[in-house]
Amino acid sequence: MTNTQLEQMANTIRQDIIDMLRAAGSGHSAGPLGMADVFTALYFAVLKHDPKNPDWPKRDRLILSNGHIVPVRYAAMARAGYFPVEELLTLRKLGSRLQGHPDRLRLPGLETTSGPLGSGLSQASGIARAWQMDGVKDQRVYCVMSDGEQEEGNTWEAALFAAKYRLANLTAITDRNNIQIDGPTERIMPLENLRAKWEAFGWHVVEIDGHNFTQIIDACHLAKTIENQPVMILAHTIPGKGVDFMEYDFHWHGKPPNEEQARRALDELRTLGGQIRSEHQ
Amino acid sequence: MKTEARASATNLDLNPKLYRKDVDREAIRVGFGRGLVEAGRRDARLVALCADLTESTKMDGFAKAFPDRFVEVGVAEQNLVTVAAGMALAGKIPFVSSYAAFSPGRNWEQIRTTICLNQTNVKIVGSHAGVSVGPDGATHQMLEDIALMRVLPNMRVVVPCDSVEAEKATLALAASDGPAYLRLAREPTPIVTTAATPFSLGSAQVLREGTDLTLVACGPMVYQALVAANELSVRGIGAEVINCATVKPLDHLTILASVRKTRVVMTAEEAQVAGGLGGAVAELLGEHEPLPLIRAGMRDQFGESGDPNQLLEHFELTGPHMARLAETFVRRWRPDRA
Repeated sequence: MTNTQLEQMANTIRQDIIDMLRAAGSGHSAGPLGMADVFTALYFAVLKHDPKNPDWPKRDRLILSNGHIVPVRYAAMARAGYFPVEELLTLRKLGSRLQGHPDRLRLPGLETTSGPLGSGLSQASGIARAWQMDGVKDQRVYCVMSDGEQEEGNTWEAALFAAKYRLANLTAITDRNNIQIDGPTERIMPLENLRAKWEAFGWHVVEIDGHNFTQIIDACHLAKTIENQPVMILAHTIPGKGVDFMEYDFHWHGKPPNEEQARRALDELRTLGGQIRSEHQ
Repeated sequence: MKTEARASATNLDLNPKLYRKDVDREAIRVGFGRGLVEAGRRDARLVALCADLTESTKMDGFAKAFPDRFVEVGVAEQNLVTVAAGMALAGKIPFVSSYAAFSPGRNWEQIRTTICLNQTNVKIVGSHAGVSVGPDGATHQMLEDIALMRVLPNMRVVVPCDSVEAEKATLALAASDGPAYLRLAREPTPIVTTAATPFSLGSAQVLREGTDLTLVACGPMVYQALVAANELSVRGIGAEVINCATVKPLDHLTILASVRKTRVVMTAEEAQVAGGLGGAVAELLGEHEPLPLIRAGMRDQFGESGDPNQLLEHFELTGPHMARLAETFVRRWRPDRA
């Protein structure tokens, strides 16, 4: 895919997210929208995977640690062909495979069950360590995590572990959007200097604009060349990206749009912020 | 059912020195260590993870035999179980060990989400459980682990009565897919069973038959229950002793068959009776066979420092204490035996 095609796909995924959250009537808006570009890059340019064979043994593994942004993963998976796009509207409904937080046993391709914060990096490290034991060379483990969950001690236990075992087959991506439920991260519990922290823990750190496809993809490729160290990509993102009344506003961390807000959000996404005419005009 | 229970009480090949003063003793955790090495030999997928307590949890044998399959995670119990969950997702069979006070004491939510809900094939081994840990005191004497693990869907809870049974339980768990918790004790305790004694996950065993009282015990309290039964027999009370090594899933058939015969029930464990084996048996009786039940164990209290045997005396967790408690209880509910 070209960058333009990736941008169009990310826009479609953002519209899916708005639709899903509106239909669900609950869920998280800011994080999924902010990570739409990273997930588009992962599913359409980075990951070695087969949507028609989600258990393909040779696949890369993507662990989503901050499970609450799973709508973006569901949308990317549906658009990649894992399951029908129509199923997205079952999000959070009784009997759905699309649980509010990812449930591995319900939907193939999720790799693990997650939601409670701070545990994903450990699980990703466990897979990476197992592969290291078995001499697996051509597969990588990716872990998407939030900045807020780096207030969890479990995260730093994993950071020590991955560095100790030199898990060079592990790439973590932090959604550095600077918000958490109660407010800006630096007010709730300051995380900076995040780069220095990860470097001090023995990780190779790359900082990127999480909305720039060239930077996202380049960073993922660069990570494969780093030897003896796990890689942390600090992806600077805008929470609520693509919907102006949600952008940068922590109040949208944990709530969905209502019908009216969803209509406005979809209008904005379909017109690329007014740059093109909407079909509604 | 009575016939079944009676049949199971025969040919169990228990330790012939069981009731003698010079009965052999070995720490239950030692049996786990032996079992783990053998399980490692049998299956190359088996890996062991420890949180800085390799020797005291008896994982050192495995670490020595299979250094490439041993993972030291340091003092980090949350990481211990979540790394293990990841390794299980990659096809390994992880055994993780620490003191029970820390794992599953500290990492319950991680166990709940990444192992139980996730249904990963991780075996959690909690050593140094119970007040018999001794001088380390209340902080290290885990009493709530049975309750914590028993309440989790998909989790099995195994509390072997001696080192020989611990070895068999370890091998059985290694060969059985799915989450499990194995509870071990620190101090050397009498060996009740032998290599020839049958063992299977999920089965309770009638070790001694009786008609007046059913004594359901787990862990080192199985020996104390047998001692109590001996004392009770002198006082004319026949106690049936059940080794309930698998606390979850509870062996309903064996326990119900026994209590339908005896009509009076006692449980014994070195743990909080609330939520523990006592809780499990109370739930079973309440729903299927409401009968008088008395629970020996820790009753909403913490332990303290002391010599292990003194502590068992102090908290009335010895055979003679249990016999006294049982006698009063049986005479109240089974006046025909008075």
